[in-house]
Amino acid sequence: MSELWQYFRDNQSDIAGWTWTTVWLAGGSLLVGLLIALPLGWVASRYRWSYPPLVTLAGLVYTIPSIVLFVTLPGLLGTRVLDPINVGVALTAYTVALLVRVVADGLTSVSGDLLEAAAAMGYTGRQRLFAVQFPISIPVIGAGLRVAAVSNVSLISVASLVGVQQLGALFVRGSQTVTLVPIVLGVIIIMLLAFAFDAVILLGIRLMTPWQRAVRAR
Amino acid sequence: MSALTFVAASDLPPLSQVTVWLNDPSNWTGPNGLLFHLRQHVIYTVVAVVIALIIALPIGLLVGHTGRGAFLVGGLTNGLRAVPALGLVVLLVVWLSPKIHLLQSVPGVVDHRGALPYLIPVEIVLVLLAIPPILINTYAGVQNVDPEARDAAKGMGMTGFQVVRKVELPCALPLIMSGLRSSVLQVIATATIAAFAPFLGGLGSYIINGAQVINDPHNGYPAMVGAGLVVAALALVAELSLIVVQRYVVSPGISGRFRKSKPTVQASDGTVVGTELAGV
Repeated sequence: MSELWQYFRDNQSDIAGWTWTTVWLAGGSLLVGLLIALPLGWVASRYRWSYPPLVTLAGLVYTIPSIVLFVTLPGLLGTRVLDPINVGVALTAYTVALLVRVVADGLTSVSGDLLEAAAAMGYTGRQRLFAVQFPISIPVIGAGLRVAAVSNVSLISVASLVGVQQLGALFVRGSQTVTLVPIVLGVIIIMLLAFAFDAVILLGIRLMTPWQRAVRAR
Repeated sequence: MSALTFVAASDLPPLSQVTVWLNDPSNWTGPNGLLFHLRQHVIYTVVAVVIALIIALPIGLLVGHTGRGAFLVGGLTNGLRAVPALGLVVLLVVWLSPKIHLLQSVPGVVDHRGALPYLIPVEIVLVLLAIPPILINTYAGVQNVDPEARDAAKGMGMTGFQVVRKVELPCALPLIMSGLRSSVLQVIATATIAAFAPFLGGLGSYIINGAQVINDPHNGYPAMVGAGLVVAALALVAELSLIVVQRYVVSPGISGRFRKSKPTVQASDGTVVGTELAGV
């Protein structure tokens, strides 16, 4: 335990930089992915014919292993291999792929009675979507977002294999020097980060769905 | 262990080189060809998934049937999802491999002497990653079985074991199969990373070795992307074949092929099942 702490102190600035890269790569791709997935998921739920092709396409993206994307994207985007942006784009693609179906299913699962009640109260189509349908599906979308966040954080470390510097660099260091300390430290920090993301999203869901607690309290 | 230091490549060989590389028959055949590495990759995957099935399926059925230990299953799944696969591979290779004093090769798969101490830790990681999707989906599948169907089965005089085998297992099969598919995708992806361990090969070796000589127009970037495309193709073929298998093994009365829309399936803890992580 003290060895871990010692290593952490000795390499503080490196680790802080890598942690920061990991945080903004995971967080950024999560946000961008969500922003892309929301309209796509809405289309898939609103126009039923578009559901199968969109969800199938998303599933196809999901079958591509991350290291393959990390390697192929520089050639497609014209970026440098070591550019972290490749990792960001790949993670965004995974986030979208995972969330499109979740958003579509979440929106579809909102009960028709509820939407009719809103219509009867004079809500226009757009008001119904933003004031009723989206908020009601927040728990479902949020659950998908949690899965995406946790997997994003742990996927980023794979980018070390192509040389992008982030927390996975600790694994490379450990394997080069055949020492366990940096490896264990890397696993611990990455898992803590993943749980931190999870907790933040969980808190966000809680704050955005006050009615759930109101119902439970009754 | 391979060193990972290489210069930043500003002028990569173009992607068109990838087609040239993939169309060269000499890259496919021979003792170091794509087909050989593909075979290794498939064998590592199948072994890991079969072991994971043997472990996870009975536990999932038991927990789903009795309702005991559900908290553990959920916690384990969420916890394991946060573990970085690469970290686990490196950790076990550095820590466990030197402790395994077996110098055997694995005939027909890895011919290097001393490959076994590296294969065992890698397979352990692959099994660990393959278990959660199967386990949570089996559990959720059994939990989602219509309680009336279960009661009816009991009322007909079925024993607990018969209820599991004749009612709960068939009813949970769609979810179990989707968990299996997630597992297979994840293992195929992670087996690519496993090339990080010495001797093991697999399709990932092209990516790891190619990164050292990335500007090489043959073995560098084109080989990395070419092998990557083969991995993606393998994942796709595996996914499609399992979908076909699923169509045959799941009873049409359960698969809902006669229904117009499928309900979203949710586990009791609110996690959306069936959107398991696949890419690694």
